[in-house]
Amino acid sequence: MSKGFAENRTDVTMSELVAEPRPKPAVPMKPLGISSNLLGYIGIDTIIEQMRKKTMKTGFDFNIMVVGQSGLGKSTLINTLFKSQVSRKSASWNREEKIPKTVEIKAIGHVIEEGGVKMKLTVIDTPGFGDQINNENCWEPIEKYINEQYEKFLKEEVNIARKKRIPDTRVHCCLYFISPTGHSLRPLDLEFMKHLSKVVNIVPIIAKADTMTLEEKMEFKQRVRKELEVNGIEFYPQKEFDEDLEDKTENDKIRQESMPFAVVGSDKEYQVNGKRVLGRKTPWGIIEVENLTHCEFALLRDFVIRTHLQDLKEVTHNIHYETYRARRLNDNGGLPPGEGVLPPAPASPCPATIAE
Amino acid sequence: MDKEYVGFAALPSQLHRKSVKKGFEFTLMVAGESGLGKSTLINSLFLTDLYKDRLIPDASARLSQTLTIERRGVEIEEEGIKVKLTLVDTPGFGDAVDNGDCWMPVVRFIEEQFEQYLRDESGLNRKNIQDSRVHCCLYFISPFGRGLRPLDVAFLRAVHDKVNIVPVIGKADALTPKETQILKQKIREQLEEQEINIYQFPDCDSDEDEDFKKQDAEMKESIPFAVIGSSTVVRDGATRPVRGRLYPWGAAEVENPHHCDFLNLRRMLVQTHLQDLKEVTHDLLYEGYRARCLQSLARPGARERTGRSKLSRQSATEIPLPMLPLADTEKLIREKDEELRRMQEMLEKMQAQMQQSQGEQSDVL
Repeated sequence: MSKGFAENRTDVTMSELVAEPRPKPAVPMKPLGISSNLLGYIGIDTIIEQMRKKTMKTGFDFNIMVVGQSGLGKSTLINTLFKSQVSRKSASWNREEKIPKTVEIKAIGHVIEEGGVKMKLTVIDTPGFGDQINNENCWEPIEKYINEQYEKFLKEEVNIARKKRIPDTRVHCCLYFISPTGHSLRPLDLEFMKHLSKVVNIVPIIAKADTMTLEEKMEFKQRVRKELEVNGIEFYPQKEFDEDLEDKTENDKIRQESMPFAVVGSDKEYQVNGKRVLGRKTPWGIIEVENLTHCEFALLRDFVIRTHLQDLKEVTHNIHYETYRARRLNDNGGLPPGEGVLPPAPASPCPATIAE
Repeated sequence: MDKEYVGFAALPSQLHRKSVKKGFEFTLMVAGESGLGKSTLINSLFLTDLYKDRLIPDASARLSQTLTIERRGVEIEEEGIKVKLTLVDTPGFGDAVDNGDCWMPVVRFIEEQFEQYLRDESGLNRKNIQDSRVHCCLYFISPFGRGLRPLDVAFLRAVHDKVNIVPVIGKADALTPKETQILKQKIREQLEEQEINIYQFPDCDSDEDEDFKKQDAEMKESIPFAVIGSSTVVRDGATRPVRGRLYPWGAAEVENPHHCDFLNLRRMLVQTHLQDLKEVTHDLLYEGYRARCLQSLARPGARERTGRSKLSRQSATEIPLPMLPLADTEKLIREKDEELRRMQEMLEKMQAQMQQSQGEQSDVL
């Protein structure tokens, strides 16, 4: 996948301009033959400001999927991440929530606003994953959903009369919840990540991490990292997509030391040292969600929202979507696609379904 | 004249002395998904390190693992009373992607022990019957779920009429007190809904003192027990060192009744209901198995198999029993081993006595 090709497509199809979270300093290009000393201030660097203004007007989409066994705190974590009740907690004990017989896909959208920037956040829940006695192929509905979103986008792209801004329902980030057994990954975890790391950005996290002591956490993380490596599972941020040395060193540190993030979620506040903090109150102490000595929630939040949000979208668009598109066009002999959705990757063959 | 005194009030203490001499046997099974703190809890309960050399397999090794049954034996002695504890473990339970029927090896194992006992009981030489029946099954429920999972329900339904089930919530330090209450309530409701029979604590006699009654009621209220296990000692600030788990935000203490139900579980399992568990296993569960077994043999379909139509308990000669994998010679060897052990113990005791009397003689001289 040549970078130049991707850049071209960025101009044509990235109809939503998004501001860079950390604007890189403008490097003046040396035009041929002309002295590089500008005679005065032109104002090219205001492009950053213009992009920011546009983004604030148009807002942007972000789609995050949560996968894991029921009871691992998925909904609570999403609510904590986005500091609002965006995920309907099925943990309200009063209601009779039966475990669904097959994996369901539930997408709920919200618009949240911060500092004048509007984000259309869609949380995709997957109740029923891993809860049955027989969990063979329970990842197939999830893979199918992800591919369906790529198909939708592809169809819009291929239209003669294209929309000004193609609605982006593609899954940008998939948070995979690992159960804190303290032993190792479960076979189901491996199977899921093996299949899905090729189609979507997977961010593995260790759920309900307040059940492990510091040593247990370190050991468990090391073991999980090793297992993922041994099994060839590339979680986000993938090594092969590091753009430059700066990215590489930053991501290496995250990949080899911090991930998978051991998190604790909560939507209740308690008074600690005169401050109101989000936490969990146990008879032996209060676990503070945003305290880095207690858990790594703050690291996860900064990672997903404050530093890598844009990158998650770009990798989804430039890499995963392009892979899907290329396979689709190849299957169709280089022509734009007609009806149908691409079947999942050869690992789990199933008949192609007609989309809509 | 003195009141008539026959003296059979001394019978209980005679029984006590006899049973102390004989020693106690108890078989405890632990079941549940891996990673719920089973081994740590067993080590905490019996203050032993039964799982010292355990290797935890990684996920790719577990992909093709089937359920195995492991037995570990340990002899615990406290104040002259010996308990021969056998632990039955079920590694691999619920680990695979497809766990259909993964409980069958467990069911078969429990039934095999019943079969063995039935054979022994109906055999000629009944002096050294060894009771390897499972007296209690601690079933670990995950604190991360929302109650019983489909696999939990399937397992419990398969074994509840064959073994005393004591449900336990493992790694209870993952829950706040309120969450614990809600989870316990949910589990109790589900057990009732699914008609699963767990071990019922017998009601205490009306002549027990108030304290005991209160303790008993508390214990019944806290089922399923939410436990924390630990073999490490923590020092939490100014308090004395206790067994627990040290976190950055505090230390969860194993033996603190406000933190978890470990003390209740230990009291129930070891201090008050050990004998009752054995009795229920023998009087209720084993008898149920025996009745089913013999009834099925008495049915016409079984006639071809056994060639017998009449069965009576009194005939100690040939009773047609379901085929057992255990060879007779193995059983004989076991019995002989047991006799040998007893004789060795007697010998040691006599030697000690002789030495003592010799010492006394030399003192006198």
